[in-house]
Amino acid sequence: MPESNGDKIELNIRVNGQNRVLTVEPYRTLLEILRYELGLTGTKEGCGSGNCGSCTVLLDGKAVNSCLVLVAEVEGKEITTIEGLSLRGELHPLQQAFIDEGAVQCGFCTPGVILTAKSFLESNPRPTETQIRRAIAGNLCRCTGYDKIVRAIMRVANQ
Amino acid sequence: MMGCIRKFEYQAPRTLEEALEILGAHRNKAGILAGGTDLVVQLKQGVKRPACVVDVKKIPELNVLDWNPEEGLRIGAAVPISRILTFPVVRERYSILAQACSGMGSTQLRNRATLGGNVCNAAPSADSAPALLCLGAGATLASGKGSRVISLEEFFLSPGETVRLDTELLVEIRIPTPEAFSAGSYLKHATRERMDIAVAGVASFLTFSTPDRELKSIRIALGAVAPRPVRATRAEDVLTKTSFGRQAVEAAAEQAADEAEPISDVRGSLEYRREIVKVLTRRSLSKACESLGVKI
Amino acid sequence: MSEYAVIGKSVPRIDALKKVTGEAIYSGDITLPHMLHGKALRSPYPHAVIKRLDVTRARALDGVKAVITAADVPGFKVKSELSCPEAPHLARDKAVYAGQPIAVVAATSLRIAEEAIGLIDVEYEELPPLLDTAEAMKPDAPLIYPDLFTNRFGRGPTGKDNTPGNIAWHVIFERGNLETGFKGADLVLENTYRTQIVHQGYLEPMAAVADVDGDGRITVWTQNQGLFTARGTIADFLEVPLHRIKVMPVEIGGAFGGKTYQLLSPLCVLLSMKTGCPVRMEMTRDEVLAASRPAPGASITVKMGATRQGRITAISLSMFFDEGAFPERPYSMNAALTGIGLYRIPNLKLEVMDVLTNKVPAGSYRAPAAPPAAFAIESQLDLISRSLGIDPLQLRILNVAAEGDLLPNGATLPRVGFKETLLKMADTLNERGKSGNRGIACGFWRGAAGTFAASLYVNGDGTVTLATGVADVSGSRTGMVQLVAEEMGLPIETVAIATGDSDTAPYADMSTGSRTAYSLGTAVVEACRDAKAQLIGRAAKILEKDEGEIEYSRGVFRVRGNPDKSITLAKVARSSLFSPGEGPVIGRGSVGMPPFAPMIAVHAAEVDVDKETGKIKFLSFVAAQDVGKAINPAIVEGQIQGAVAQGIGWALMEDYIFDKGVMQNTSLLDYRMPTAADVPPVETVLVEVGSPSGPYGIRAVGEPPMVPVLAAVANAIHSATGVRIKELPMTPEVILKALKAQEASSSKG
Repeated sequence: MPESNGDKIELNIRVNGQNRVLTVEPYRTLLEILRYELGLTGTKEGCGSGNCGSCTVLLDGKAVNSCLVLVAEVEGKEITTIEGLSLRGELHPLQQAFIDEGAVQCGFCTPGVILTAKSFLESNPRPTETQIRRAIAGNLCRCTGYDKIVRAIMRVANQ
Repeated sequence: MMGCIRKFEYQAPRTLEEALEILGAHRNKAGILAGGTDLVVQLKQGVKRPACVVDVKKIPELNVLDWNPEEGLRIGAAVPISRILTFPVVRERYSILAQACSGMGSTQLRNRATLGGNVCNAAPSADSAPALLCLGAGATLASGKGSRVISLEEFFLSPGETVRLDTELLVEIRIPTPEAFSAGSYLKHATRERMDIAVAGVASFLTFSTPDRELKSIRIALGAVAPRPVRATRAEDVLTKTSFGRQAVEAAAEQAADEAEPISDVRGSLEYRREIVKVLTRRSLSKACESLGVKI
Repeated sequence: MSEYAVIGKSVPRIDALKKVTGEAIYSGDITLPHMLHGKALRSPYPHAVIKRLDVTRARALDGVKAVITAADVPGFKVKSELSCPEAPHLARDKAVYAGQPIAVVAATSLRIAEEAIGLIDVEYEELPPLLDTAEAMKPDAPLIYPDLFTNRFGRGPTGKDNTPGNIAWHVIFERGNLETGFKGADLVLENTYRTQIVHQGYLEPMAAVADVDGDGRITVWTQNQGLFTARGTIADFLEVPLHRIKVMPVEIGGAFGGKTYQLLSPLCVLLSMKTGCPVRMEMTRDEVLAASRPAPGASITVKMGATRQGRITAISLSMFFDEGAFPERPYSMNAALTGIGLYRIPNLKLEVMDVLTNKVPAGSYRAPAAPPAAFAIESQLDLISRSLGIDPLQLRILNVAAEGDLLPNGATLPRVGFKETLLKMADTLNERGKSGNRGIACGFWRGAAGTFAASLYVNGDGTVTLATGVADVSGSRTGMVQLVAEEMGLPIETVAIATGDSDTAPYADMSTGSRTAYSLGTAVVEACRDAKAQLIGRAAKILEKDEGEIEYSRGVFRVRGNPDKSITLAKVARSSLFSPGEGPVIGRGSVGMPPFAPMIAVHAAEVDVDKETGKIKFLSFVAAQDVGKAINPAIVEGQIQGAVAQGIGWALMEDYIFDKGVMQNTSLLDYRMPTAADVPPVETVLVEVGSPSGPYGIRAVGEPPMVPVLAAVANAIHSATGVRIKELPMTPEVILKALKAQEASSSKG
């Protein structure tokens, strides 16, 4: 039970299928811990305020902005980052679709939007294009204009 | 400007009593953490500097999401918006609330943000507020001394300020079951399609009597155009006091625009906001009527 | 049936896999042992004298290892503040823009660095800020710098002025006789248009890590649009020779012209020198928006004359750019070179000025200067077409320039695909049918050309490795791999590309101006041909024939007329490692400023305007472009679609809102960039009129699609509402205001 008075706390979390025990300050964000304590740099910081989606991870399966989650809040929870998406070396269909459709340019938004799309498709298997665009509205992309990203997601939905 | 979060003590009480004890001890030095989508930003900006952050997500009473015809809808203060949106009763009986919630933030933000947080953060533009005002919602506040229920109409004081005392915790929002033949519509105007703060938001909720389709009651509420979310009571009067129809709707829209007290800021000017209130009021009323098959 | 094996195919980007798995390394991902964290103290005032700066308390904080100010920068006492453009301008006696760095702290954690910033004692004396270009241009305006002398170029006196002012550049191009031209017109129209400051909006905030070792060797990891350019900027700033600095390649999370500036790495290097530890700095999003290098605002006055038949007889274009507080790059030169490139106009005058103000210094943004110029010119042409009752595309076709015509600076246009692209768009629109909500606009980009080298290593097993020093901002790595595979006749899987660091890689210019694929491609093809020639020589020796008798195809060298006598490339390569008197096969290519290959983009936007709120919805967007030869169509399409989205943001929602010179909207909530829900699908139409100078006829593709968007949207709004908006951004509020004004004036009339 991670309670503290400003000192470090012991945190038990499951990251990408692996149980981890960390000793960290509770006032750090999940994003910081993922990147600097666990070396999982695939999750990016674009704004720190929940407005760009580059820091998106799955928390108990749901897409969240990890820059707005305090590390103390994730005790006992399951976190999936982009690194955890490929299963035993095999790409997730979304990852493959992004490659095939040309939906990756600079790649900075890519991990976040793939994770958002993954969790969206799990509860919306037959989306319209408008629904996809609204679902990923919290993931800013400056390079692609979103066209090929939407196509990649639609491609997986239609599989 | 954003920076590192200052040190705080983290507490995650498992019971309401525990939480209230902590609040009683820390008072205004405690920051209540539900979804964190407002608080964590404020911590990074240094706008809030609590000595103790109280994570209320483990308290059972704050996670209730339930409905029955007598008590209506009960939404625990820590229930994420996304959970509210997938609760069938919300879509079936409280469509206006679903409309308001589905336009909030992004997929990611809705998976964390809570109705309780939206209400307690008390931004004048809070998307849930106009709908809650129209639905006659009440807020249950608990403290070491007991609990009280405050109508949402009396809950908001000014930007960021509510009637909640430092020793109190918002436990749930309770929304009575709407009468038969009622419908509402919440319309939000912002520059972006999603991920934006309302420049102006208008909710309207009408109840008609069957079978003669006479207007029984009307509520209109405005967001982002006053220091707090407000009901446009004079606009409502226009509709209750004149025969319902297109002219009355237009007149009500004009009145609502007049009643608004908008300011000019980076998102829009005062004049523009007033104009949008007029347009959205008319459209919101029309939409609500449309969904009931009432022609105006 | 394609004539090429690999060119023209949408092969997946070679860097895509690493990016979808999160393995790709960006500068913010680099950590080193004992790394310190840097943070800058920034001026809260747009213009203020720094009366006192005391870093003692900050230095004394436990965990702080160094604090630097301008006084620590080499040459501080003798160099002008205006030297070292594109480097951080640490304030000396005064701060000239809100957000300017005053001091920088390196500490063992970011938290401590932030605390230390709070302990720096500064006493400011506020000065009235110059926030308006018109004010700043006045001859009696207070000077931001005592030693800024206007650079003049073009018609009139050239060189530097004698008296200092606030105008960095003043460029004039003229030809023919304006007066005669306007006299010969049946319609003369003059309007002033305004565009706002906008940010490139790259998602990855600026970050840098620098490490100086005991020998004084400097290693830097940072986002940049040119390893060698970054190296040069650091060298200038620190007065250190080039060969002591090594810039490492990293992935770049978007640049669009905004990362040609080294705003952090020189500070990291200096701090590393002082502390003996690696130092990392990263900008917050607030700092990125308020204190990096956004695109300047512009005021453009255009006067055009046209005959009744639609021929443009004369144009006068005068532009003022709000450069902010440092003259980093001459926007005016870009404007002058690209403003009026598409049309054959006999009488013209282009006058452009870069004016300094106390705002954040301006930087380059995708086709610098061209979008504002096109906003004005293409809006004006639209008004002329409406006035004369001529179809807007036809008006362009009537006036479009062609090979042999002269650009305003006197250069001759080589073969271009202007007319072809216009006609292709006309066909496309005809197929779709008429639309009452449509606006079209064109864009010109001259294209830059750079200096690039490339080396092709033929490995002992017949695979090849292309070494370049190019920062990949546009997918150029994949295009180069395709070029090599095509030239060498090898399967694409046998071609690797290695981006070296600035020590080991062949020289590469900046990846800007859309010069990369075009110029680097030329060097790459040269390297391939050089390698092939060497291989043929070796093969000939092995097969004991003359070189002239050897044919090469798809990895095999054969003797002409004797198919049994052959040897594989792999064998030749292997034997070259063991042949006395010879060496490994390394193909070399080097290109210096190849001739430019201008481009055209033609866009058609269709909008629906909510006439009661002013809100816009896109019904469609078609973007046609002459790409010369699309090496990789999917990459080209992606470039075009991205530029259109940026243009939509610029046209409709992005803005810098200042209050007394301090930016108010420094978050990505209130600096609004389009989300996926705000932009339409963009249909791309690729036209291929090969350039005479690019390999396979390629032209650059990254910048042209940025140019016409602003005007296409404004013209579409005019079609949909009858309202002409001349100032950006065209927010719903602005549009509604214009609609109401139109209503009011029409009810009067």
